[in-house]
Amino acid sequence: MSILISKKMERRAALRGMLGGTAVSVALPFLDCVLDTNGTALAATGQALPVRFGTWYWGMGHTPNHSIGEKRRTEKGIDFLAETAALKRHEQNLNFFGTFGMPLDGRSNYTHFSGWVANRTGSAPARGGEIPAPTLDLLIADHIATNTRFKTLDVSAAGIARENYSARNTDNRGAAEISPVALYARLFGPEFVDPNKADFKPDPKVMVEKSVLSALMEDSKAYIKTVGAADKARLDEYFTSIRQVEGQLALQLEKPEPNDACKVPVAPQDPPPDRLARVREMPNVVDTHKVLGKLLAMAVACDQTRVFNMVFTDNFANVRRSGETYTHHLLTHTEVIDPKAGYQPLTFWFNQQASNGWADYLDIFAGVKEGAGTLLDNCLIFASSETNYAKMHTIDGVPTWLAGKAGGRVKTGMHVVGGGDPITRVGFTALKVMGVPIEKWGTRSLQTGKVISDILA
Amino acid sequence: MSLLRTLRVTVNASALAMLALTGCGPTEPKVASAPPDMRRLTDEQYHNIVTDLFGPDLEVAVRSDPLTRTDGLLAVGARTAQISPSGFEHYYAMGKAIAAQVASPAHRADLIPCTPKSETAADDACATQFFTHTGRLLYRRPLTDSELKAMVSAAHEMAEASKDFYRGISLGLGDMMVTPKFLFIVDETQPSKDGKDIELTPYAKASRLSFLLWNTTPSDELLDVAAKGEFNTSSGIEKHVERMMASPRLHTGVRAFFADFFALDKFETLEKDSIIYKAYTTVVGKDAEEQILRTVADHVLTRNLDYRDIFTTKRTFMTGGLARLYHVRVERPDGAWVPYEFSDEDGRAGILTQVGFNAMASHPGRSSPTLRGKAIREAMLCQHVPDPPGDVDFTSFEDPNSPNKTARQRLAAHAVQPACAGCHKITDPIGLALENFDGVGQARMSENGEKIDATGDLDGIAYSDALGLGKAMRNHPATPTCVVRRLWAYATGRPADNSTTAYINYLDQRFAKDGYRLPELLKQIATSDAFYAVAKPAAATAMLQTEGGRGSSTTSQEAVR
Repeated sequence: MSILISKKMERRAALRGMLGGTAVSVALPFLDCVLDTNGTALAATGQALPVRFGTWYWGMGHTPNHSIGEKRRTEKGIDFLAETAALKRHEQNLNFFGTFGMPLDGRSNYTHFSGWVANRTGSAPARGGEIPAPTLDLLIADHIATNTRFKTLDVSAAGIARENYSARNTDNRGAAEISPVALYARLFGPEFVDPNKADFKPDPKVMVEKSVLSALMEDSKAYIKTVGAADKARLDEYFTSIRQVEGQLALQLEKPEPNDACKVPVAPQDPPPDRLARVREMPNVVDTHKVLGKLLAMAVACDQTRVFNMVFTDNFANVRRSGETYTHHLLTHTEVIDPKAGYQPLTFWFNQQASNGWADYLDIFAGVKEGAGTLLDNCLIFASSETNYAKMHTIDGVPTWLAGKAGGRVKTGMHVVGGGDPITRVGFTALKVMGVPIEKWGTRSLQTGKVISDILA
Repeated sequence: MSLLRTLRVTVNASALAMLALTGCGPTEPKVASAPPDMRRLTDEQYHNIVTDLFGPDLEVAVRSDPLTRTDGLLAVGARTAQISPSGFEHYYAMGKAIAAQVASPAHRADLIPCTPKSETAADDACATQFFTHTGRLLYRRPLTDSELKAMVSAAHEMAEASKDFYRGISLGLGDMMVTPKFLFIVDETQPSKDGKDIELTPYAKASRLSFLLWNTTPSDELLDVAAKGEFNTSSGIEKHVERMMASPRLHTGVRAFFADFFALDKFETLEKDSIIYKAYTTVVGKDAEEQILRTVADHVLTRNLDYRDIFTTKRTFMTGGLARLYHVRVERPDGAWVPYEFSDEDGRAGILTQVGFNAMASHPGRSSPTLRGKAIREAMLCQHVPDPPGDVDFTSFEDPNSPNKTARQRLAAHAVQPACAGCHKITDPIGLALENFDGVGQARMSENGEKIDATGDLDGIAYSDALGLGKAMRNHPATPTCVVRRLWAYATGRPADNSTTAYINYLDQRFAKDGYRLPELLKQIATSDAFYAVAKPAAATAMLQTEGGRGSSTTSQEAVR
């Protein structure tokens, strides 16, 4: 099955054909070429600005017919309806992907789980709780985030650290940072090296720390010989994890390039104690999301990371409105449809808050000036949920967005019609745009090797 | 076959197996050995180790990668857990922070067993003394010469660079706390006496025992026992198990087991609507969790009573905050814990009637008979309740035009859908008996002005209220077999499966014979050959593959009514 795409042929189309086909070796030079020839993607230092990748997650999908107006074919222009009205201001920063399918090949739809796992890993879980492959952000991080302090930064406004949708596998899933104060300390605490500070003196003690950690790693590597095969694999992951800290120590010894976009933010304060009991009341989620979003954006601008993941609400949307007996999730299943409005009113309100939150997030990234444009121009942010219509747990047509121009590699403002093609085409396109040298991504019917060329610049 | 019938069949088969074994005599069946394991420390274990080694004054903010609850237990998930880059970063920062406190002027005199010749220079002798002692407790065995040398050399290098002996100690200690030898409880092995197989080293046996009984690293004394070879004989193991079980630290171990068994980690993210439930605060939530643990530990350990009576006991403990939810009076309204016994009028007995259980298995603003029934089936009877179908329609449950006022009426309307009826039959009759407790466990007699009907039945045993449910749970054959299975899985990190059926049945039989006393069951496991059995990884891996490898993780949180 193919998507409805424009057949207009142009210079880039030939390249796109090669990119979407089998000529993997063409992909990287092509993308480098775009970056190098794009004047707006150059930093003040004359060096090319890096292209970063992010994800943004919200639970419970959207309200069909009240979120995005349907289109019969892929074209410029997104029809924002009442639920997504706040996003209208970012039309030129967004691409929307509708009517893509999520074939599970007979595997169960583990509700509110299979959807995000399939969309982010390219593989459907065979059992509840299974994450069968690395999420796409980690594949990208493996490729582009080899010399930053943090391979990825994972944060959540929903206050549940374990609900992080970035994972290497079922047993290797880091916790999301849920506290703005803790995130600030991690990002801009004493170990942060301000690129714009005039004086820089490497601390010899850090050198010793690094050398001792490296020695320790070598010693532990010998230890790996004493364990069985499954545990060897676990220790391999452990060694990969050590490398991040080794890299962090190494970076403390180097003077970073001056960076006009990097401005150390004001430290956030601890919330009042009574707020801790109401972390998941929606106004508090919205507030926390903005604070975390600003810290994250500045971490990206300061090149502390090139891959960043934000959870607005978790996959079971355990968020509430004060005085309501049910969470957002439970409302999607229990609330009666208002016959006049044609939707579940409270559920709609929660979904609208998610759209508003997504718009807020884009405001933050678009508000950071970088080079001749904005931070958002140099990012590609993949946003998705785990369901289309949560009331019925449908996963075909799960709403998915890409935001940002990826340093000029992507054009925006498109509504892409999937026509039932696997949703993994969006993730695969993101992987290719970010330069990951793969020909195919995903398994079984979710596997794809076709980029969505309509959005390539 | 209906789900209800399937459950009954499971229970009956288990009971028959138990009866059959009763006639076979009480010899411990052999268990197919599993390969050596590597279990990641839980946050509580990490915290306990630091407190044991360095005292309770240190600030320890542990936050590792979340464990996946597998086959009902986080302890089983720990066996396959890895460490992500951000997880390692946290361990590294935490290790550094703890080490800095240990070497700080406020603590060094108490925690470092020697004084350096000069505080501004390296002192290898003093560093050797420190790392020899502390390293043995962290690695749960003596350090090898090369490990010790590496630590002393690291401390030396840093002391020279910083002109600060204590900074060197701090660096070495922090780094020890991020090695796999510390972060994973590794089953280190040695060749068996006949040279044909492998067996746990005495230190690994000490670790197994210590984490099972005390949920912490082996003490100096226990490591000395291992060094003397006293774990090489059954009588030696028995002697030290008895000694360890006589220690008050057994409470720590048993509480950790029940916290995992009853999935009390849900309290970490439990939120209640503050408008609907004004008396419920985060402090009360913590107290509610603690009340469950205190009740159980007091019952099964301090009083050494029949485990099954945790579902009927009227004895508990109370704080002023909890008393407000229970609408009872306590002598100490200041937050201190006091023993408390429910009266007949209170309508409460057993942990299922406590605020904690009812709050945990409810929605933020209302009770849920289905969540409560599911929690009891899965956590306390070790039975599986399927998730609701993807296309389920719950709107009949909440239709504002419906005359249904109580949860029973709403569920009856909802459960007419055939796809829903099967599961609701196995959960709702249990949960409806608890409807006299609202979403935070406060007593109520009516809902929306209509009297609550709390009748129900548990696998054929009918009751009229929550007290009757408690008795039915107490007498249910799956109640003791469930705790046996979970305790075995908790002890070994491996769920009970086909390879352990005979052994588990044997434990069931012994547990019954011992009057369902949990300490006896613990002792039985801790002194059994099965608890220490390991096999060479290759052969064992093949065996595991035939059994289907790791169990199913239970992370789905699809909530039901």
